Amino acid sequence: MPPQSPTLAERGMSAGLKAINSIASSELVDKAGLRKPLEQLLFNGSKQSLKAAGGAARVFKATSQLGKPERQPRAKTSDLFDLTPTDEQQMLVESVKDFALDKIRKAAHDADHDAATPPALLATANELGLAMIGVPEALGGVVESRSAVTAALMAEALAEGDMGIALAALAPAGVSTALSLWGSAEHQSTYLPEFVGDKPPVAAVVVAEPHGVFNPFELKTTARETASGYTLNGVKSLVPRAAEGELFIIAAQTENGPALFVVEGGTPGITVEAEPAMGLRAAATGRLTLKAVKVRESALLGAGDAKVYRELIALGRIGWSALAVGTGQAVLEYVKVYVNDRIAFGEPISNRQSVAFKVADIAIELDGIRLVTYRAAALADAGKDFIKQAALARSLTAKYGMQIGSDGVQLLGGHGYTKEHPVERWYRDLRAAGLMEGALVL
Amino acid sequence: MPINLEIPKKYKQLVEQANMAATHVFRANSRKYDLAEHTYPKELDMLAAMLDGMEQGGGLDGAGATAGVSKGAAKKNGSKPEADPNAVKNGANLASVLGVTEMCWGDTGLLLTMPRQGLGQAAIAAVATPEQLARFGGRWAAMAITEPEAGSDSASIRATASYDVDTNEYILNGEKIFVTSGDRAELIVVWASLDRKAGRGAIKSFVVERDNPGLHLDRLEHKLGIRASDTANFRLEDCRVPAENLLGSAEIQTAKEGFSGVMKTFDNTRPLVAGMAIGVGRAALEATHELLKEAGVKIDYSIPPHAQVGAAAEFLALEADWEAARLLTLKAAWMADNKKPNTVEASISKAKAGRACTDICLRCVALAGTVGYSENDLLEKWARDVKILDIFEGTQQIQQLVIARQLLGKSSSELR
Repeated sequence: MPPQSPTLAERGMSAGLKAINSIASSELVDKAGLRKPLEQLLFNGSKQSLKAAGGAARVFKATSQLGKPERQPRAKTSDLFDLTPTDEQQMLVESVKDFALDKIRKAAHDADHDAATPPALLATANELGLAMIGVPEALGGVVESRSAVTAALMAEALAEGDMGIALAALAPAGVSTALSLWGSAEHQSTYLPEFVGDKPPVAAVVVAEPHGVFNPFELKTTARETASGYTLNGVKSLVPRAAEGELFIIAAQTENGPALFVVEGGTPGITVEAEPAMGLRAAATGRLTLKAVKVRESALLGAGDAKVYRELIALGRIGWSALAVGTGQAVLEYVKVYVNDRIAFGEPISNRQSVAFKVADIAIELDGIRLVTYRAAALADAGKDFIKQAALARSLTAKYGMQIGSDGVQLLGGHGYTKEHPVERWYRDLRAAGLMEGALVL
Repeated sequence: MPINLEIPKKYKQLVEQANMAATHVFRANSRKYDLAEHTYPKELDMLAAMLDGMEQGGGLDGAGATAGVSKGAAKKNGSKPEADPNAVKNGANLASVLGVTEMCWGDTGLLLTMPRQGLGQAAIAAVATPEQLARFGGRWAAMAITEPEAGSDSASIRATASYDVDTNEYILNGEKIFVTSGDRAELIVVWASLDRKAGRGAIKSFVVERDNPGLHLDRLEHKLGIRASDTANFRLEDCRVPAENLLGSAEIQTAKEGFSGVMKTFDNTRPLVAGMAIGVGRAALEATHELLKEAGVKIDYSIPPHAQVGAAAEFLALEADWEAARLLTLKAAWMADNKKPNTVEASISKAKAGRACTDICLRCVALAGTVGYSENDLLEKWARDVKILDIFEGTQQIQQLVIARQLLGKSSSELR
């Protein structure tokens, strides 16, 4: 057994929100809002050049070996149609939402500009236990049962603060969740203890590639089988916090179709360059080039099972939909206030149907994405087929998520087009949610 | 218990039974009564009798049409006290949505003309006194609200009701249009004003027997769709009804009070109309899916739509819209069952289902080509039928008004 880390209860989570609030309002975070941390400047300096992946510093080593992999038990299921979150979910969401609206939102503008999330904010996110939400209790995890719904609610709450920062904070959880769901005893013994510690590794699930009409089931990154394992070659796109990456789960095409490989950041042959994009900039996205990257046979995740890969892709899409719901909610709340305050032709512009109906449409489509996303996550939790439902959530996210972003800017007119208001950032971020693959896994 | 958006097992039987009726009675007669507009679908009498029996036996809770809501609700909440008042309920509203969805998957027009299932019965059940319930309950009642000069703005209706002290009767005068089942129903619930200067608070509903000599049928409409359902236009000329036929309180309420009570019934009925749209939408999607399969088009839910053929990508997008509409509708009904205020959600469900399912049906016609457009199949009919569901029980634009006013805290005089 690995060393026992504090449980959520010990962190004060289930005892009430008091402890959480004190974390969220700690000096650590306040500092982040006041100064540009040194680390961030250092990172910006390194952006322009190719460099080796930054994770070489950490040595992943199993302190004890598991006999067999640990899996989180399934959550209890209900036969009744019910949209009420559990008490645990409600508490988690409230604390995360406080953090998101209070701290993340305030840091979002600068983080977008600097293409980096202040480390102190990420530290707080770690203190909230975000990196280990999918880790089984036996391995030091804190959430009772496997719950994609809980993860979706957290992603939604975080993204109401900022989607880029939410991505930066949640990407490591994608890796720990994948290892919990499909990792071998060796994967789990080696990596999961790090995710429940004070400083979880910078990690990401790496799927997307930089070519048009991208299809994650026909990857150009290849994994060639060798005598001792696999050799990976290819280019991967928009990897969150790539430059600092200590651990990746990388999708590559094998002879038997796409598969996933657990690759440490310091592995020779991996180079990283910054790849800032239209949005999600706070996540410090980067491009990963894999040149003859050699991994052992045991790096293969989930025995290369096609079902595992399909589920990972679907859980990623559900995650992006959840982020879109959070950011969409931010748009809705923001425009509600704006159109009521903004006077034109002698009265609030919200007195006009053309304006007010756009707000109504945002509310309609937003809740549609939300419910379809929740159902996909709930089906996953119940152990039922959720692939189709994830595709439906994805479709709505691509269409209406983008529309909500666009309407958010439109309702503010010229003001919406400037950086004086966050709607232009949400416009950029919401475009990502319908096209990104991987990067996070609920 | 955790968040769950699946249909509870306890409704499996209800859905199956409704589907059977929809298949064998509605679908089987769908085209027949689309072509024979204004002909009474006699096949429904037997089905209606069966439904009556099942509802009395509690076997088909809410599977009927609109009236199922209030009847079912009264039964559920009256006779069976829940152990834990905070426990989540899946009740009559949800069941009714599931029932009408199946029935409209069969045929919307035929559902609307199901004997004894009219909208009027919902209004009666909502406000009737015990003796009114004894006189009118269980009878086929239609609803007469709309007038030539008052559609969505139902507060501005012109029909009048004046009290005759000598006979203890109300005398109704005015013109009513778009009365669903107006020709076939036994009773017509007529909205009229006791005092046109007093505004909405003076608007009351009156039960009029269909054979009242003061009630003149002007004509039956010829319509785009739902042709199996008759839509009547009436003139009321010194139409006398006993004072006891006024539903609810005879007092002229201040401001919105009385009227908002009337509007409250929409919180229950709008999700039902949304459920109807979902039924038609599903019919169109299923038929189109079959045609796509025959044509060799496979829909893959893992491969991104842009990497699939256009027909597959479009179909997937339509399914997504349908699923959003369906879940929004279940949510609105679930809120009603759990006594959560759901005015916004009811309107959201109706707005989304109305527009999405109209869009779905029309696009399915296109995907199916001439098969979709021809009277040899039912797709073209569904595309005509579904349009009414984005109109009656509050148009798309009325739903947007309701939603926007609530979200933005606007009065009806600010956001008009």
